[in-house]
Amino acid sequence: MSRPVRIAQLTCGAEYSGVQNEIAEAARAVDAEVFYPDISLNDLRRDLGSFGLNVKSPDLKLAIARAQALVTGKVEADAVFIGSCFRCAEAAIVRTELRRYIHLNSTLPVVSYSFTERTTSGTLLTRMEALTTIARRRALLAREEQTGITMGVDSGSSTTKCVVMKDNEIIGTGWEPTIEVLRSSDLVVEAALAEAGLTINDIEAIGTTGYGRFLIGKHLNADLIQEELTVNSKGAVYLADTQQGPATVIDIGGMDNKAISVMDGIPGTFTMGGICAGASGRFLEMTAKRLGIDITELGPLAMKGKSSGVPMNSYCIVFGTQSLVNALAAGSTPEDVAAAACHSVAEQIFEQQLQEVDIREPVIMVGGTSLIQGLVRAMGELLQTEIIVPHHSQYIGATGAALLASGFVDGKKE
Amino acid sequence: MAKVFIYPATSLMLSDLVARFGHKPLGSALSVREHIQAGGFDSPPLQITPEDPKKGLHWAAVEVPSGVRGRMSLYGPLIEEAEAAIIIEDSDFAFGCMGCARTNELLIFLLKQKGIPLIELSYPKTKEEGVTFVASIKTFLAELGGGEE
Repeated sequence: MSRPVRIAQLTCGAEYSGVQNEIAEAARAVDAEVFYPDISLNDLRRDLGSFGLNVKSPDLKLAIARAQALVTGKVEADAVFIGSCFRCAEAAIVRTELRRYIHLNSTLPVVSYSFTERTTSGTLLTRMEALTTIARRRALLAREEQTGITMGVDSGSSTTKCVVMKDNEIIGTGWEPTIEVLRSSDLVVEAALAEAGLTINDIEAIGTTGYGRFLIGKHLNADLIQEELTVNSKGAVYLADTQQGPATVIDIGGMDNKAISVMDGIPGTFTMGGICAGASGRFLEMTAKRLGIDITELGPLAMKGKSSGVPMNSYCIVFGTQSLVNALAAGSTPEDVAAAACHSVAEQIFEQQLQEVDIREPVIMVGGTSLIQGLVRAMGELLQTEIIVPHHSQYIGATGAALLASGFVDGKKE
Repeated sequence: MAKVFIYPATSLMLSDLVARFGHKPLGSALSVREHIQAGGFDSPPLQITPEDPKKGLHWAAVEVPSGVRGRMSLYGPLIEEAEAAIIIEDSDFAFGCMGCARTNELLIFLLKQKGIPLIELSYPKTKEEGVTFVASIKTFLAELGGGEE
């Protein structure tokens, strides 16, 4: 049995927000343990000055000194969790700077989060799982080529996807809306196998990811069940052919968004969700519905419009829809409204999430929403860079899972 | 005997000084002890659960960070109970340390709002200042009356 992954906790307010147990429980669920890096009062007094950020809150000073102990190797850890209270400006500055400091000066994977008293272990689970995956499975994540015949299934909150790969090529795909998790999974597996001209017995290894990964993983007797942060990063750099060096992966999902700063295919820092439905793929679905078009038509429509004349930037899906209705009632064209909806989602992700990771080119957009050209254009304008949308970008999780699952093929042959 | 709120509330030295002069110190030891001695282990180490920041709404609005409200659920009732207060500014970490600057600002404000006898001192940096410091606290506590040496 492997030892638990040790996650250093750098937080301010967790104990007093009543969420300390939730943090510990999320870590326990993925066979990890959180601990406070132990430093002396002298270390604290000496190290604070050298960091140079003169904050007032002593718990934040302690977090800074603890981060320094991790970077200098005085305290050993496998990963770092940085957390502070939501809406605290002082802590937000420290959280950002510590994340950057650790990322630049060590190889420790870092996740940062701002919590409220409502934060649950379930919310933190995927983040903790990603931290432990990076710490435990570096060798697996280093895999750059798919071998044998493998399958990846991504059970997302909106859609379920399946990919069958053979000798580094995608030979079958399946896509269905997620309704009943297992049923949707069966359908996509069937479709992908039919396209590949194979049966399930031909598959040498299976990987699952997404919200339903545990359920379908058990159902399919998967070799690999892994959260979508590491799997999607791997899938993105693999399909974009940028496996070496830095990259930034943006995945705007139906229920949450992921922004991941990647180095050599392995996530360094990442954020997930944390903002409201007005900045999710769901809002674009609502927009398409209100405009009376299919979601696949929203992108081309937005490309014909201009967002600047339509005020729309609500975090809330209800108020966002209200802005949309108001704009249409005031005479805005569907093209301009579609463009404004795309810009609104991109702008909120830019403001809320992309500030939490180091944006390094190339920037790769993946997931179903990456097929909405208007959204990709809006994100590119905000980041002032050309965004890469790789082929099969909507199958990113399934592809990453199939790629990583091939790491189990050789072991089976032996 | 007066109930004296001490700031930093974690200061054992202040707590001891107040008790020595016959008064009741109101600080972290009191509020945290009540929490950790309550039944169950819902949220170690301090046993503060998500319900506590909600209790803190009595002293700080919902847009105030949860950590501030959680702390206020500990200290707010003590402030309401306090009949006097000793505030030590810029103290050394070893003297007593309270983690959140925003909570600390609110605590001191609420204590001043109460209009109770209150002494504010800077943390001493030399031996001489230390002697004056203890003497000032002693005089303050003696003037509260009802205490004993």
